[in-house]
Amino acid sequence: MKKTRNSTTPTTGGGGATTAMRVIVPLQGVVQGRGGLFLGSVIPCALFYFLQLYLKGRGGRKSDDPPAPPESSPSETHLPEVSTLHRVHSRLLLSPRGTNGPAQVSSRANAISKQVDGPYYVGLKRSVDDPYDEMNNPDGVIQLGMAENRLSLDMVQEWLAEHTRESIICQDLSISGIAAYQSFDGLMELKVVVAGFMSQVMEKPQFFNPAQIVLTAGATPAIEILSFCLADPGNAFLVPSPYYPDLDRDVKWRTGVEIVSVPCRSADNFSLSTTALDRAFNQAKKRGLKVRGIIISNPSNPVGILYNREMLYSLLDFATDKNIHIISNEIFAGSTHGSEEFVSMAEIIDTEDFDRNRVHIVYGLSKDISLPGFGIGVIYTFNENVLSAAKKLARFSPVSSPTQRLLISMLSHTKFVQRFIKINRERVRRMYYLFVGGLKLLGIECTKSNGGFYCWADMSCLIRSYSEKGELELWEKLLNVAKVNATPGSSCHCVEPGWFQLCFSTLREKDIPVVVERIRKISETCISRS
Amino acid sequence: MAQCQTESHLAAPAKQNNLKLHEHTNKITTAYFPTTKNPPPPHTSGNPISAFDSPTTHMTRNPDSEPEARKPTRTGMRLIVPLQGIVQGRGGLLLGSLIPCALVYFFQVYLKRHRSSNPQSPSTSAENLPELHRSSSRANLLTRGSIGRVHVSARASSIAKPNDSPYYIGLDRVREDPYDEMNNPNGIIQLGLSENRLSLDLIEEWLSRNLSGSMLAEGGDDLNIRGIATYQPSDGLMELKVAMAGFMTEVMGRTVSFNPSSVVLTSGATSALEILSFCLADQGNAFLVPTPYYPGFDRDMRWRTGVELIPVHCRSCDDFTLSIKALDQAFNQARKRGQKVRGVLISNPSNPVGNLLSRVMLYDLLDFARERNIHIISDEIFAGSTHGNEEFVSMAEILNSEDSDRDRVHIIYGLSKDFSLPGFRVGVIYSFNENVLAASRKLTRFASVSTPTQRLVVSMLSDTQFTQEYMKTNRERIKTMHDLFVEGLRELGIESAKSSACLYCFVDMSRFISPYNEKGELELWDKLLNIAKINVTPGSACHCIEPGWFRCCYTTLNEKEIPLVIERIRKVVETCKLSG
Repeated sequence: MKKTRNSTTPTTGGGGATTAMRVIVPLQGVVQGRGGLFLGSVIPCALFYFLQLYLKGRGGRKSDDPPAPPESSPSETHLPEVSTLHRVHSRLLLSPRGTNGPAQVSSRANAISKQVDGPYYVGLKRSVDDPYDEMNNPDGVIQLGMAENRLSLDMVQEWLAEHTRESIICQDLSISGIAAYQSFDGLMELKVVVAGFMSQVMEKPQFFNPAQIVLTAGATPAIEILSFCLADPGNAFLVPSPYYPDLDRDVKWRTGVEIVSVPCRSADNFSLSTTALDRAFNQAKKRGLKVRGIIISNPSNPVGILYNREMLYSLLDFATDKNIHIISNEIFAGSTHGSEEFVSMAEIIDTEDFDRNRVHIVYGLSKDISLPGFGIGVIYTFNENVLSAAKKLARFSPVSSPTQRLLISMLSHTKFVQRFIKINRERVRRMYYLFVGGLKLLGIECTKSNGGFYCWADMSCLIRSYSEKGELELWEKLLNVAKVNATPGSSCHCVEPGWFQLCFSTLREKDIPVVVERIRKISETCISRS
Repeated sequence: MAQCQTESHLAAPAKQNNLKLHEHTNKITTAYFPTTKNPPPPHTSGNPISAFDSPTTHMTRNPDSEPEARKPTRTGMRLIVPLQGIVQGRGGLLLGSLIPCALVYFFQVYLKRHRSSNPQSPSTSAENLPELHRSSSRANLLTRGSIGRVHVSARASSIAKPNDSPYYIGLDRVREDPYDEMNNPNGIIQLGLSENRLSLDLIEEWLSRNLSGSMLAEGGDDLNIRGIATYQPSDGLMELKVAMAGFMTEVMGRTVSFNPSSVVLTSGATSALEILSFCLADQGNAFLVPTPYYPGFDRDMRWRTGVELIPVHCRSCDDFTLSIKALDQAFNQARKRGQKVRGVLISNPSNPVGNLLSRVMLYDLLDFARERNIHIISDEIFAGSTHGNEEFVSMAEILNSEDSDRDRVHIIYGLSKDFSLPGFRVGVIYSFNENVLAASRKLTRFASVSTPTQRLVVSMLSDTQFTQEYMKTNRERIKTMHDLFVEGLRELGIESAKSSACLYCFVDMSRFISPYNEKGELELWDKLLNIAKINVTPGSACHCIEPGWFRCCYTTLNEKEIPLVIERIRKVVETCKLSG
């Protein structure tokens, strides 16, 4: 070693490069020795590894800290508590035990409570605060933003008035049937009648198996539970856009799962293409996102188109090819109004030899039998693992027993159900044609749709700048000047500006001219200005 | 020429034939020895770019090696460590350390990718071997080949696993084979489910009088159906919040008045607990929980939230009361482990023991929380099910009188225990923290109470005459049952922990377990379940640190069943005595 050093120093007297190296790379000696090739690669690697460990250890500690910033951030946490803080300080002087300021909430709670509501939620709130009423509040906001069906409530009311009593406390069932603990995933009796109802609504012979059903407190938790079961934090679902605004909250909020939207365009009538899916899948993969499934709504919300058989096959092919799940939200299955046939994913799975484990269907009683207040959601899955996990997770969103009892007798009343489905469908169809016709008079075209309580209207002719900004300006004008609450396409992640979802099933027939008149005013100012 | 040859080593050493390369380099080295013995100085220092050239490489290395002896090593090194050339150049110290590091890093990334896709597969595929077989055979028939089974998320597969806690196993067993005096006299008697059936007759009577009026108010015009069928705020109807706040005020002894606007309604206390856990702690954070605690906490607080529970052990010699010292110790230990404690979770009256936290204790707890700047979740779901002479003190009362920083206190309530309506699924979050209230209101979209039930409960709770009468009678009945049950056990020589609330007694059967540990306890539990046919909850399910304690819930029984239960326990206890 010594010899080496001595001999090199003179030679490189002019060139400091080697000496510097010798000094700074301490492994030089080792590298050049016999064990060099081994040690020379292992030692830097080991050093690097330890460096990583060290960083990780510190990083871990650091990542624990971030909850702290929200607490120290001067924004909303502190402001309302200024008075308390003050008081706390005075206490501090009295008691020897000091306080460290207000208790901090978790960063996820902060994110949720501080999240700024998008136009969809702002609009909903406005129309709840100042609702239109022909007699009492004729200048109120008309609600076209909520997908709720009030067209056939009279039939439900009639039934309830007659049957509520005996359905909740029937003679043979004692009080313990409704008051006592029941299994969280729903009463078997209700599952049986819900399966029957689903078959009836989809106009198919009985092919839903009650044993594959998990009942939840609404479709919202049903989707969240599936999101928990199919994906881990940081994984993603592909969702064709436009999609309904609530999906972001349902899928992402508590689960830590991402949504990758797959844009569909007006040129294709907003129908999904597998090339777009494929592209989104590959892009996600490139970003390091693991895609665990596709979420579709069929009939699609907000557009209202149906997936045809061929599309469903190619979706399944795609899912099989990529080995991912499919969640099919079929909550509007019974609310079709066109001539096209609705095809459930369950039917495709039934007829063809696909791997059933990857298909999960979400259903609910909020739309097709217009009982959103009852909060009944359905997870229908072919996957045993998902089924047993979902049954256990249903403890966090169970349906209350009186409601279940009520629904059991309502849905097993076949005559009522048949009549309801038939009349309701007619009413939805009638409203759809009236509403679309009214808009057409104003020169506003809607995409051709076959399902749902809404139409997807192209108002791009009314927006001043062809951008999201222009769209939101129009939305604001509709809400504040025309007093009509519509859902702008940007809330639905639509890539093209100027589209609006208008839900007509909260109106009565005689409200339609009012709505059309209100929109006309806006459209006239828009057109005259441009 | 030599330059480009060495470059080819650097570029693609792996592709080349090893042997060929060996000869090659031998030639180069020998060829260059003469020149490098007398290195021209300008070459090394004057031209930095040439530092990367192979001649310089040899030149620097040469003087320190006797050509004959070192030759094989060096050539070997050349071959296998392709970076050698670079290392010895000027940029050496940087590149020579960067490149191996980068290699290790990419190797790690590669490993990580592979590992993350693997772990689910063994568990899922192992369970479903036959199905796997089918899908692969199908792939041959169809052009649509399946790649294999689709994976569920890691968290779902851990949740989907069969129950392992005796608490849930026992509950399942009873569901399959429930005792019935007439139809199944050999069935299992349920003492494991905390449900109150003592006063259901009162509820039934009320319902039969008022049901139809309460859901669809009489008259039945358009507004009523809208009131139950349409979308309503997910955090509960204001009417119910008002009624609930009134009921809570009454139950907690009218010493504190609850504010309806701080009430958030959820579908059961289970969801209320989960929402609070989400709101107060982030993944990996922890709550301190005095043991023994309610077995459901593990699922409610931890499953989906990723939050941990740290048990703080209480002992029988202190009557299972909490000590601040123990809390402090647990807090410090957690901190040493790098775990962030975000709060204390207590149940008051405590489940499973049934004792009440005293006023002094509550003050101390609040001081502790303040000092550590953490939250307190007080689960007061049994507040109205007291049967002793002791006074129940709500956490809300402490806050009122002391007027301290209240935003760290959150109260859980529900109608499942005090009002015997677990099937209705009505839970309450009562928080003093605006932030938590705002977040939990939004989160109730996942756990809303169905509107017909809300309407029903509104009219039930607004009938104050009924609720007062109900609470009074219910308390009396609980007391009777408690005294009977405890007396029966005492005759067998089994003592219970001192309790003055809840629907249970926490009994000490440690004399009858043969190894004095958890194993012995579970053996006795098994005997009770399978031989005596009664389902009790073993202390280990409640994380009790002392073995041999069992929680027995007596409110699902009727009075005449008590002798039967005692008789069944006697049999097992006697065999234990004999064998012991």
